Amino acid sequence: MTACLAQISSPETGFIASALFYLFAIMAGAAAVGVVVTRNVVRMAVMLMFTLIGVAGLYFLLGAEFLAAVQLVIYAGGTLILIVFGVMLTTKSPFARFEPKMAEVVVAVTIGLVLLGAMILAISPANARFASNPISAGQEYPMARLGQALLGDYVVPFELISVLLLVVMIGAAYLAKARKR
Amino acid sequence: MALPTLQHYLAVGAIMFCVGIIGFMTRRNLIVMFLCTELMFQGVAINLIAFGAYHHNLAGQAFVIFVLVIAAAEASLALGLVVLLFRSKNTLDADAWRELRG
Repeated sequence: MTACLAQISSPETGFIASALFYLFAIMAGAAAVGVVVTRNVVRMAVMLMFTLIGVAGLYFLLGAEFLAAVQLVIYAGGTLILIVFGVMLTTKSPFARFEPKMAEVVVAVTIGLVLLGAMILAISPANARFASNPISAGQEYPMARLGQALLGDYVVPFELISVLLLVVMIGAAYLAKARKR
Repeated sequence: MALPTLQHYLAVGAIMFCVGIIGFMTRRNLIVMFLCTELMFQGVAINLIAFGAYHHNLAGQAFVIFVLVIAAAEASLALGLVVLLFRSKNTLDADAWRELRG
């Protein structure tokens, strides 16, 4: 779908592509702000889900269909459910609040905004060295090529990450066992 | 409406990363801090994929797969630890473990 959108660069499809971009970007950004602003942890998890779906949409627009699907399945499906379970296991009332001090909020927001300003400045067309022509999926990335890259160029990190997963599995099992003592 | 360029995607990534940082620094609940790290991961992943699409190679996507795996591993371990910490002190306030500062 994305590849077609990018290759047929008639004005209508261009309009659809940019409209989709703004839709997904605003959805992800607004939900991200919601995650930080909301006081209810469960509502936060739902907001995070909307962020993840918006980011998956951006992946689609960038031609990374496989990763968009993986994002939806692993993050929105798996990690988020895990988080909700964590919330329900830990909070006596899911509406528990820890209000931060005003000074902390001011400092944190200042730091965040300064960082954001620096990043936006760094990527602005005046400073950045990359061309600002529209990004297009132009080339297709079939899943087969991604798999070949993972088992070819990136085989060492791939194996390392497999070992990491095994270690994490053992660690999680150990934590679960220690809980019973 | 102009077609989205690399800068548009990088801006979205930067916004999500900074929102995550602000949340991480302002909130005290351990689970909420954890959610904010997930937001930061998402911002970085958008950058990786956007640069991958810009340079027409698969490095960005491969890296994002690794990021996803790390995030999943982090989620399982961090939530297990948070549950254990909650059992021992009965609160999720990060300040309850002040003595870890040393």
